[in-house]
Amino acid sequence: MNNFEELSKAVIAGQEQKVKELTQLAINEGLDPLSIINDGLIQGMNVVGQRFKIGDMFVPEVLMCARAMSAGVELVKPLLLDGEIASKGTIVIGTVKGDLHDIGKNLVGMMLESSGYKVIDLGVDTTPAEFIAAIKENNAQILGLSALLTTTMLAMKETIEVLKEEGIRNDVKVLVGGAPISQTFADEIGADGFAPDAASATELVGKLLN
Amino acid sequence: MNNLVFKDVCYTNLDEFVFGVAKKPIHCTNGMVIGGGTVYPEINFTLPPMLISEATMPKVKAQYEEMIHGVCAKAHELHVPGMLVEIELLPPCTFNPQWGIEVTKVIKEVMMEYEAKFNLKSLLRMTPVDIREGKKLKHMYRGEHWDNLMETFRGCGEAGADFLAIESVGGKNLHDEAVMNCDLLKALFALGVVGTHDMTILWDNIVKIAGQTNSLASGDTACGFANTSMVMANKNFIPKVFAAVDRVMSAVRTLVAVERGAVGPDKDCGYEGVYLKAITGTPISMEGKSSACAHSSTVGNIAACLADCWSNESVENVRLLGGMAPTISLENLAYDCRLMNVASSRGKAMDMRDMLAESDRQFDPQAYILDPSVVLKLSQKIVKGQTHFERTKIAASATIQELRDAHKNGAVLLEDREVRYLDIIEEQLNSVPNDKEEFLQAMIKTTTPDKFDPAKYDLI
Repeated sequence: MNNFEELSKAVIAGQEQKVKELTQLAINEGLDPLSIINDGLIQGMNVVGQRFKIGDMFVPEVLMCARAMSAGVELVKPLLLDGEIASKGTIVIGTVKGDLHDIGKNLVGMMLESSGYKVIDLGVDTTPAEFIAAIKENNAQILGLSALLTTTMLAMKETIEVLKEEGIRNDVKVLVGGAPISQTFADEIGADGFAPDAASATELVGKLLN
Repeated sequence: MNNLVFKDVCYTNLDEFVFGVAKKPIHCTNGMVIGGGTVYPEINFTLPPMLISEATMPKVKAQYEEMIHGVCAKAHELHVPGMLVEIELLPPCTFNPQWGIEVTKVIKEVMMEYEAKFNLKSLLRMTPVDIREGKKLKHMYRGEHWDNLMETFRGCGEAGADFLAIESVGGKNLHDEAVMNCDLLKALFALGVVGTHDMTILWDNIVKIAGQTNSLASGDTACGFANTSMVMANKNFIPKVFAAVDRVMSAVRTLVAVERGAVGPDKDCGYEGVYLKAITGTPISMEGKSSACAHSSTVGNIAACLADCWSNESVENVRLLGGMAPTISLENLAYDCRLMNVASSRGKAMDMRDMLAESDRQFDPQAYILDPSVVLKLSQKIVKGQTHFERTKIAASATIQELRDAHKNGAVLLEDREVRYLDIIEEQLNSVPNDKEEFLQAMIKTTTPDKFDPAKYDLI
């Protein structure tokens, strides 16, 4: 294998078995493990993300691709030195206090994981204290807050206020999303960003971390 | 305890299957007859951005009072022949039953005031939110969550609710996974095994409470299930054919409410209610273009074909140019209903129904499967199943075949990638064993307790 195009294509096609075979072939050929990941596997996943954003792929297809990529990464991992492969960032997500809706938040979590981020999902009905604890425990750089109700969206503001009280507001970027949420609301409550959908959320996280 | 078994469909003649008329109308004590020839508006509204707490409850009640006053005044002004008001309680008002009961009292009092002063007939549907989910849930049928839910139902009934309803969530976490992965097996498990099992227990209790509180057990909806698919499909996240198949499958689950004694009208956001009407004759509430204020859909007109009540889904109390949003929504609904009722009175209901269907059905498989003729055809196949599991399987296979045929003869437009998914989900379906127990055990092995704990459902 003299380039990683075939490997990337297998990721894009969601062909887990083929990804494993090509990854193993690249390893056997003595190719640089980090290049296998960055130029082959992640490169393929980047294309998947772009295609999803323009509506050219369905979520289940993206998840298949992500599973294929992960299978390849697992083969390469033992060849890497400690710390050589770091996640792109750690994100704590959850639906805010009083709100039981979670599929939008789950979707965002899956898309972020598929893009190489470490995601700590706190589930639904999450209190500010639970968010704070998870941020501190995982040294997270991003906090993603979800709400679907007009009566719970203000819990986002409350959570941001508690971040300030705890003195960690400047350590994390806060993203907000959900049906009743808008950019205007995000600005009003002092969030760092608003994403209308899962694909945009992934893109926004990338921007904020860079 | 009811255990009605519907072995055949209630309608065999397509010319009887139309909006406003149901085989089993509901005769209410105030004289309104749902499914008796008149389509009634069903208005639903919710709070603007605000927190609900003990401290804010006076403001919460004031908001509800303002909304119901605006709605009733507009209904009186527009001479509506009667209306339904639905309040979907928000989580804090079910976690704290007394708050939900207080909201019920506020709403009912104003409705009664308008009936006394202006002879405005109205009925109140109270829908506690199904709080049986989340990290703190210990068991689906015991403990704090269950007790609060049942107390809210009882309190709402005692406070004057005419109808009790719910958007139940048993099996929802499983179904969420199914939707995101287009996993028809998991959807079948969530709807045809776990969901139906859960609704049987839940609705036995709701029906019992309704009987004790002089209210009526109305119906459920696949809001947490097929509507999730619908929203995902409309965002282009999953194939529309999956959402369409999921919708018809969900009808078997929603039907359980009626099997256990609910009398309707079925809940507005349960688009699968058309199948429930076909099979049981129960009146249904539907929503379409009228609910664009809450969510987008591709069934704006066709959803009205069989509606006995016509709803807006929900709208928050915010000011628009024409006034407050709930009042405006009521006005929209009132005019839609007027038109349908005039069509009926002039003997043109069938023409209007067919125009509503024709205007939508070609453009989306989710619309196509709401066409009355398709509903009857698929319903006849569904009732051949002996169990919920079998019926849900039949619903899936029959819908896949129906969509294939419709695509071939040009009755519904499907992109190539949508057609490919018909193959994918059909292949999945073909791998399902006939034995429910075998399927149950196999599916339990594919899940984790955080997504689905069978012990919480008394399934092991």
